Amino acid sequence: MDLLSDFFLAKAAFIGIVFAITLGIAAYSTYFERKIAAFMQDRIGPDRAGPFGILQPLADAVKMFMKEDFIPANSNKWLFIAGPCLSMLTALMTSAVVPFGDTVTIGGVTFDLQGIDVNIGILWVFGIVSLGVYGILIGGWASNNKYSLLGAIRAASQNISYELAMGLAIIAILLFSGSLSTKAIVEGQQNGHWNIFYQPLGFIIFLICAFAECNRTPFDLPECETELIGGYHTEYSSMKLGFYLFAEYINMFISGAVMATLYFGGYDYPGIDFVTAQFGNNIAVFVGMGALIGKALLFVFVFMWVRWTLPRFRYDQLMGLGWATLIPLSMYNVVVTAFGILIGKPFTAGIVGVVLLIGGLLIHDQLFVKKKIA
Amino acid sequence: MKLSNRTKVMEQGEMTLSERMYLPAIVGGMATTLKHFFSKPVTIRYPEQKRYLGPIFRGQHILKKDEEGAERCTACGLCAVACPAEAISMVAAERIPGEEKLYREEKYAKVYEVNMLRCIFCGLCEEACPKEAIFLRHDTMVPVFNSRDEVIYGKDKLVEKMDQRYLREGWK
Repeated sequence: MDLLSDFFLAKAAFIGIVFAITLGIAAYSTYFERKIAAFMQDRIGPDRAGPFGILQPLADAVKMFMKEDFIPANSNKWLFIAGPCLSMLTALMTSAVVPFGDTVTIGGVTFDLQGIDVNIGILWVFGIVSLGVYGILIGGWASNNKYSLLGAIRAASQNISYELAMGLAIIAILLFSGSLSTKAIVEGQQNGHWNIFYQPLGFIIFLICAFAECNRTPFDLPECETELIGGYHTEYSSMKLGFYLFAEYINMFISGAVMATLYFGGYDYPGIDFVTAQFGNNIAVFVGMGALIGKALLFVFVFMWVRWTLPRFRYDQLMGLGWATLIPLSMYNVVVTAFGILIGKPFTAGIVGVVLLIGGLLIHDQLFVKKKIA
Repeated sequence: MKLSNRTKVMEQGEMTLSERMYLPAIVGGMATTLKHFFSKPVTIRYPEQKRYLGPIFRGQHILKKDEEGAERCTACGLCAVACPAEAISMVAAERIPGEEKLYREEKYAKVYEVNMLRCIFCGLCEEACPKEAIFLRHDTMVPVFNSRDEVIYGKDKLVEKMDQRYLREGWK
């Protein structure tokens, strides 16, 4: 393969842009997290660095770099350094298969706005997300600190538990698309046939699992301050800590993008035909990229919104929710979806499925649950 | 029989279905936070913005002058006596002819000093003063000082300036 072909350069440029966007959004997520927290608590939030505090991420980065980079004496030095690197690496790798847009032609080169369209796209996301827990696990173990280790163990078991329900939720999506390729999944949802309308239950399951996979509140037990000091990053300081926090924000954005891809039509948006007819294909595709990023940012906002609303789960509640609630629910969802596709009415099946589920729960509640006395 | 019919049964039993599903409660909680997201913040950008602290806030001291611009203080020393922190000290002097425009009474305070490190802003000097000469301003706080030289406020800082007179709410 000719490495310096126009196609290769275009892809390289696109990947560079995606990296820049991802990192920029992750940096500003820290700012918006603090701003949103402030607004939700009737405060003003950071406003000293620049107008409205928009230079706060820069100030934070400078602070992170200037701090002492401390490595505990009895830690495993190389793994201690490898932990945050691995976290950051896996966080950034996931964006490779997210289809940011349809095909564009720039300067005679036709290429997809997607890092790489592999036929195992969604499996790649899963693989990398599973690898992501290694960053936390290695960092926590290498710290040679009981709290760090506890945090790391929690992270590992939590991610494994919720990956099951997540995978089962995705199987229902795959029944529609018939392909693991993220591109094919998005193309199956064009013109408003978003999976959210067919998979409301699946989406809720996926959303909850995404919270757990990103270690966000209410599932942030690995870094639970009240019990574990800082969790897996107790011993970390300086930019190594910064990398862990940064990776979390990148994961948030990427999981938002993945959710938009799987359930909200990816780069589809209302009026795409009109924009294509008026301004040409390229503009329409770039607007679509904006739409995908907008949807992802909306999910980032939901992540933050939930964080500043809900308290943290207890660990047994977390495991109970994952194993005893979400996995049976997602199995039920797969069965309902398969049945809907079999009879050729997936939309009706989705609605009937939710109604039946709630009805069944109500009947179970009436028959078997002790009522409140008062 | 119950004494009052206000007994509350605290035994809760099992949670109801909607409580066990958590989702209704979560949606309710998120609605609450969203409401606050769009409501006005209760905090302010402090050094730039300042709150009105009320008409009876006790801030920096001021030695009032009368309408003609003559100092009201006669250096009777009642404020210094009343002061529980012993922050006020003064030196009295006799008014000489020709100074009637400067001092209202025959006796005046040549030196009048308030030690701001000692002062506890209790306002007893204000209550003790028979001539309505000393007040604690409601609109100005004593600024932060960095060295001990700035701590003792003399007449240069305390006496009211005629071009920016201090008027409290309710005064004419």
